Amino acid sequence: MKALLLLGDEAIAQAALDAGLSGVYAYPGTPSTEITEYIQHSPYSKQENIQCRWATNEKTAMEAAMGMSFAGKRSLVCMKHVGVNVAADPLMNSSISGIVGGLVFVAADDPSMHSSQNEQDSRFYGNFAMIPILEPSNQQEAYDMVYAGFELSERIGYPVMLRITTRLAHSRAGVVRKAQLPQNELHFSEDPKQFVLLPVNARQRYKQLLAAQNDMQASSMNSDFNPYYDAADKSKGIIACGIAYNYLMENFPQGCPWPVLKIGQYPLPEARIRQMLKECKELIVIEEGAPVVENAIKGLCYEEGKIQGRCSGLLPRDGELNPDIVAEAFGLDHQSAYARPQVVMPRPPALCQGCGHRDMYEALTEVVRSLGDEARVFGDIGCYTLGYLPPFRVLNSALDMGASITMAKGAADAGLKYPVAVIGDSTFTHSGMTSLLDAVNANAPITVIISDNETTGMTGGQDSAGTGKIEAICLGLGVDPAHLKVLVPLKKNHEEMVNIIRQEINYPGLSVIIPRRECIQTAARRKKMQAKENQA
Amino acid sequence: MKIDIILSGVGGQGILSIATIIGEAVLSEGLQMKQSEVHGMSQRGGDVQSNLRISDKAIYSDLIPQGQCDLILSLEPMEALRYLPYLKKDGWLVTSSVPFVNIPSYPEAEALQAALDAVPNKVVLDVEAIAKDCGSARSANMVLLGAATPFLHLSYESIEEGIRAIFARKGQDIVDKNIAALRAGKAVAEQR
Repeated sequence: MKALLLLGDEAIAQAALDAGLSGVYAYPGTPSTEITEYIQHSPYSKQENIQCRWATNEKTAMEAAMGMSFAGKRSLVCMKHVGVNVAADPLMNSSISGIVGGLVFVAADDPSMHSSQNEQDSRFYGNFAMIPILEPSNQQEAYDMVYAGFELSERIGYPVMLRITTRLAHSRAGVVRKAQLPQNELHFSEDPKQFVLLPVNARQRYKQLLAAQNDMQASSMNSDFNPYYDAADKSKGIIACGIAYNYLMENFPQGCPWPVLKIGQYPLPEARIRQMLKECKELIVIEEGAPVVENAIKGLCYEEGKIQGRCSGLLPRDGELNPDIVAEAFGLDHQSAYARPQVVMPRPPALCQGCGHRDMYEALTEVVRSLGDEARVFGDIGCYTLGYLPPFRVLNSALDMGASITMAKGAADAGLKYPVAVIGDSTFTHSGMTSLLDAVNANAPITVIISDNETTGMTGGQDSAGTGKIEAICLGLGVDPAHLKVLVPLKKNHEEMVNIIRQEINYPGLSVIIPRRECIQTAARRKKMQAKENQA
Repeated sequence: MKIDIILSGVGGQGILSIATIIGEAVLSEGLQMKQSEVHGMSQRGGDVQSNLRISDKAIYSDLIPQGQCDLILSLEPMEALRYLPYLKKDGWLVTSSVPFVNIPSYPEAEALQAALDAVPNKVVLDVEAIAKDCGSARSANMVLLGAATPFLHLSYESIEEGIRAIFARKGQDIVDKNIAALRAGKAVAEQR
C-alpha cells in the first residue's frame, strides 16, 4: 500500500478508524485537536456512522467513551495533557472497572509549553492508574500502537494510554496502513458487578487490577515496541523512551556504540533493565518530559551516579529535548556556524486584527485603568489569554479552564472590591458553569465577562458546546436577568460597552456581560464555504 | 541524498503551503520525509517555523540539529535571520525582502540589511512585487519556492507536478498562476 503523508495526530486517527473504531470522544486542545478533526472529516466516519461530535470537556469525553466500551465497542479518547487533570476522575476509576470494548486514551503532552500552562508528564497518570502506556517514536509507530492498542486493551481488559508529545503530533511522515477491521458488535460484560464501583465491588476489582500487573509486565517484556540492541562496549547502556530515541540516533547515524533499550511500552520491562544494570557500568536515560523512567530505575537499583538522565543533571530537567541537547550529554560537537544577529526581536503571538476580543479588551481596559488598585482581572484559557500581553496588559491570572470565575469569587471573599472574570464561551461550558453557580449562590460581587465568539477559537475553530445557549445557561443557574447584558463588540459600540462594563463593575452583586461576535477566522471560512456552495 | 530545510515566517503568511508542495514532490520521487509544524497559540501573528527533512535513508529526529541546515526559506527577512544558528557554513538563505512589521521593536531597515549582508550565500527577493508583476499577487509564496528550487536537489518538474496535484481542484487558472509565480522566482535565483 502507498504510504500516506500524515501528521502524528492523523496517523492515530487513521489507525483508530482502521481498527474498527465506533466513537471518538474529545475536547479540543493543542496538540491533540487534529486527531478528532481527521475523524470528523473522514468520509469513512460518515459512511460507518462513527460518533465524532466534540464533547463539552475531557471528563464528559472519557465518561461517554466508557459508556461505549461498556456496550462492547471500541472508543478513542483524546486530550491535551492538562485535559487529563479534568478527566482524572473517570480515568482513575476506569482502571478499577476495566473495560469491555477496547479503549485507547490519548494524552498529548506539550514539553516546552508551546501552547500550554505547564509541561506535566501524562506517564504519571498512566502509572497512577496502573494501565499500560504506549509511547511512539514516529508517525508509523503511532499508527501501529493505536492499532495494536485496541487489541491489547481488549486482551487484558483495561484502557491503554497512548502518550505522545507536540513534536510527534505536529510532524508529518509517511505511514503505511494495515487491514480495515469491522466494528465490534454490541455486547456486554458477563459480570454484573464490573461497572458498579460500590466499595464491596471496587475492593474486588482492585485486587484484579493488582493481579493483572503481571500480565502487563509480561506483555511489556515480549513487546516489539521495546526492542533491545546489544553492543560490545558496556561502559554505558542507554534507555531511550519514545521520541527521545530519535535524538539519540540522530547523533549516532552509524549505530550507537553502546547497548540501547528503546522503550515504547510500559510498565517498564523490569527483567531487561535489571540485566542492563548488571552488565553496564552506567545507565543513561533519555526521555521527553519528567524523569519518570530515571526515577523508576533508581527504585530497582540505587547506586550513586550509576543512573544518569534528567534528574541527575546530565540532561536538562525541563523543556523539550532536541538533537543538540542529547549531543551535549554525550560530549559531541554541535557548533553553530552563525550566531543569531542582535537585530532579531521576539515576535509574540497576538489577537487577530478585527477580533471581537480586542474590542472587548479596549473597553474593559479603559474601565479597569480608571479604577486603579481596587480592580483585578482574572483571565482564563483561550485566545483572550493574550490580553495579558501589550497593548492591553490587563489580565492578572490564567490558571486553568474555568478558574477565572472562581478565582474572582475567592478574591471577592478576601475583600477585593472590583473582581472581574474574563472567560470564553467554550471554556465557560467546559468548566465555568459550576464556577458561576458558586458565585450565584454567594451573590458574589464580581463581574463575569463571557467573551463569546461562538467557537473554540485558539485550537482552530471547533464547534463550541454552548453556542446559542449562553444566556439560557446563565439564567438557569440563577443570574439576575437585570444584570445579564449582551453586547456587540465593535469599535462603533465602544462608548456603550465602556458604560455598561463600568455600571456592572460598580454594581455590588453578580453581573454577567456577554460581548458576542463570531470569530473572524471562522466567519471568513464560513463565507468562503457559502460562496462555494452558491457557485455549485 | 539528504537535505534539511527550515521554513520560516509570521503566522498566517502561508509557509505550510510551501511545505505541502515540497512534500508532494518528495513522495513522487520516492524519498523519505519528516516535516515538523507549529499549531495552536504559537501561530497567531507570532514567529512560525517548520523543519523539513528529506533523505533517501531513514530520518530519525524531527528537528534539525544546529549548524546542519542546508537551506533557510523565509517569507520574512527578520524571521530568516532568527534561524541562522541552524544554517550550515555553506548553506543558503532564500528570503523575501519585505518586512512584516507587527511589533514595536522591529529593527531599522539599515540594521536589518547589514545583518542580511553578513550572510555569504543568499537570495533576497521582493516576492510580493514579483508575484504582482506576473499577474498572481496571491502567489508570493510560490515565488519564494521557485527561488529555492536550485537548492532543493529535487527535480524542477516534480515541484511543478506538486503544484498541479495540490491546486488541481481549484481550477486550471489557479494552477497556471502558481506555476507562473514559481518560474518567476526560479529565474531570479538563476540570475544571481
